[in-house]
Amino acid sequence: MATLVDIKDLAIAYGKAPPVLAGFTAALERGSFTAVVGPSGVGKSTLLRVLSGLTAPAAGTVDMPMQPEKGRRPVALVFQEARLLPWRRVLENVSFGLEGTGLSKVERTARAQETLDLVGLGQMAGRWPHQLSGGQRQRINLARALSVRPDLLLLDEPFSALDAITRQSLQDELLRLWHETRTTMLFVTHDLDEAVYLADRVVLLGGKPAGIVRDFPVDLARPRERDTANFSDAVREIRAALSESVNDGAGI
Amino acid sequence: MHRTLLAALGLIAFVLLWEAAPRFGFVSPLFVPPPSGLPSAFLREIQAGYWVSAVLASLRHYALGLALGTGLGVALGIATALYDGLDAALSWVVRLLRPVPGLAWVPFAIVWFGISETAATFIIIIGVFWINFYAAYGAAKAVDKDLLEVADAFGHRGTLAKLFKIVLPGSTAGILAGARTGLGQAWMAVVAAELFGVPGLGQRMMQASSLLATEVVVVYMITIAALYGLTDALFVQLRDRLLRWQR
Ligand SMILES: Nc1ncnc2c1ncn2[C@@H]1O[C@H](COP(=O)(O)OP(=O)(O)OP(=O)(O)O)[C@@H](O)[C@H]1O
Ligand SMILES: [Mg+2]
Repeated sequence: MATLVDIKDLAIAYGKAPPVLAGFTAALERGSFTAVVGPSGVGKSTLLRVLSGLTAPAAGTVDMPMQPEKGRRPVALVFQEARLLPWRRVLENVSFGLEGTGLSKVERTARAQETLDLVGLGQMAGRWPHQLSGGQRQRINLARALSVRPDLLLLDEPFSALDAITRQSLQDELLRLWHETRTTMLFVTHDLDEAVYLADRVVLLGGKPAGIVRDFPVDLARPRERDTANFSDAVREIRAALSESVNDGAGI
Repeated sequence: MHRTLLAALGLIAFVLLWEAAPRFGFVSPLFVPPPSGLPSAFLREIQAGYWVSAVLASLRHYALGLALGTGLGVALGIATALYDGLDAALSWVVRLLRPVPGLAWVPFAIVWFGISETAATFIIIIGVFWINFYAAYGAAKAVDKDLLEVADAFGHRGTLAKLFKIVLPGSTAGILAGARTGLGQAWMAVVAAELFGVPGLGQRMMQASSLLATEVVVVYMITIAALYGLTDALFVQLRDRLLRWQR
């Protein structure tokens, strides 16, 4: 498979503090689903912020195909909190990223409605964000990012604030969308079960500055069953590596 | 319903007390003109044509001064909130000008514009400018940084895009609260601005009080209160429409 994102020697520091990332190198295959796990504060969100252009790196390069295309943006980010604009109705929230991509208002509305249908909230188009449940808001957050048909979709613990049932249904929905769109996914989570359920590769970040401590391929057949021995083994293996890296970190 | 009833009772009690005080000789009717004398005073003012022309003239000053003062205050408040350089450059200018009361500008208004409608409008502009400036500045500064980041993440990086997509809608509630305060302030400023001889409600009040026609003064006080009540009620309608996205 072809490489979509090529990260070389990336360094990021906040102010005068020691760098969060330094010499960070990684590559993402086009169409892959990568989960990123690691202890709290290691730099997972920071990595996503750099890839989405919110934070400028101190050094290093991020290469990805960036030709501007009508009605598309190369990268989109799903925030941990929904961050919907309260003064826009659901439909206008979904079309937010489409503005300025060369689509007419009619085209934007059609695309937004289509994306809303995709996440199963087509009938909610005319509602205000405060009239939605937490799970519905998170779906809109997802739809807003999907509507720009990104090459790379970044997700920062998007389901962590939801109850188990809602989380699982959104995970299945995300997988369905991934199969349909073949968007490259980079999914940060602290839920290892979620990582193994979704991803075909789980990357464990650790250390200070952070690097890739372990890189686990997940070759379980899809659709995956959580209560199989193979699944639990995969989760257990990653959990062991994670606690090892946390203990190492504490020892420094 | 209960509240409406109490409000009506309170108002009736107030008017009764007001009527009783001069009627039973507690105070001279010159000091406290009884409400029963007001309708005839009102009719006389209308028949003489004073009332309508005073209301129209004042409304003109009011509308123009309010629109300009609010517009300038909001625009400068938001610009100052958006551009740190401007904020720094203006910080002491603002501290210098802010505490000057509107009335202190009257001599300058007369020197610059003569005794004219422009002078009256100028006083009203000053009267509402600062309220709107500070309301807009505060509201724009308080806009959720997380939402500004959403704009960045979805490619809306320019200042103008952020202004129209996030800052203005996000500070609407604060701006409108300031504008509403200004709405009342502007009526006070109208009277102050006309006291020095520009035709309008304030001038007519001045004339009546120099003739000791206190019941006419009260007619114009009530006129101003009614006009304020009307503009405020209309404004609240507009505000609720603009903010219908709030829970
Ligand atoms: N704006 C900031 N200013 C200064 N330091 C920051 C800032 N944002 C993050 N940091 C620091 O950078 C480090 C990495 O933060 P980051 O948010 O990327 O962690 P994370 O891996 O996403 O953690 P979590 O799992 O808790 O979300 C942390 O030590 C944090 O304290
Ligand atoms: Mg994080």
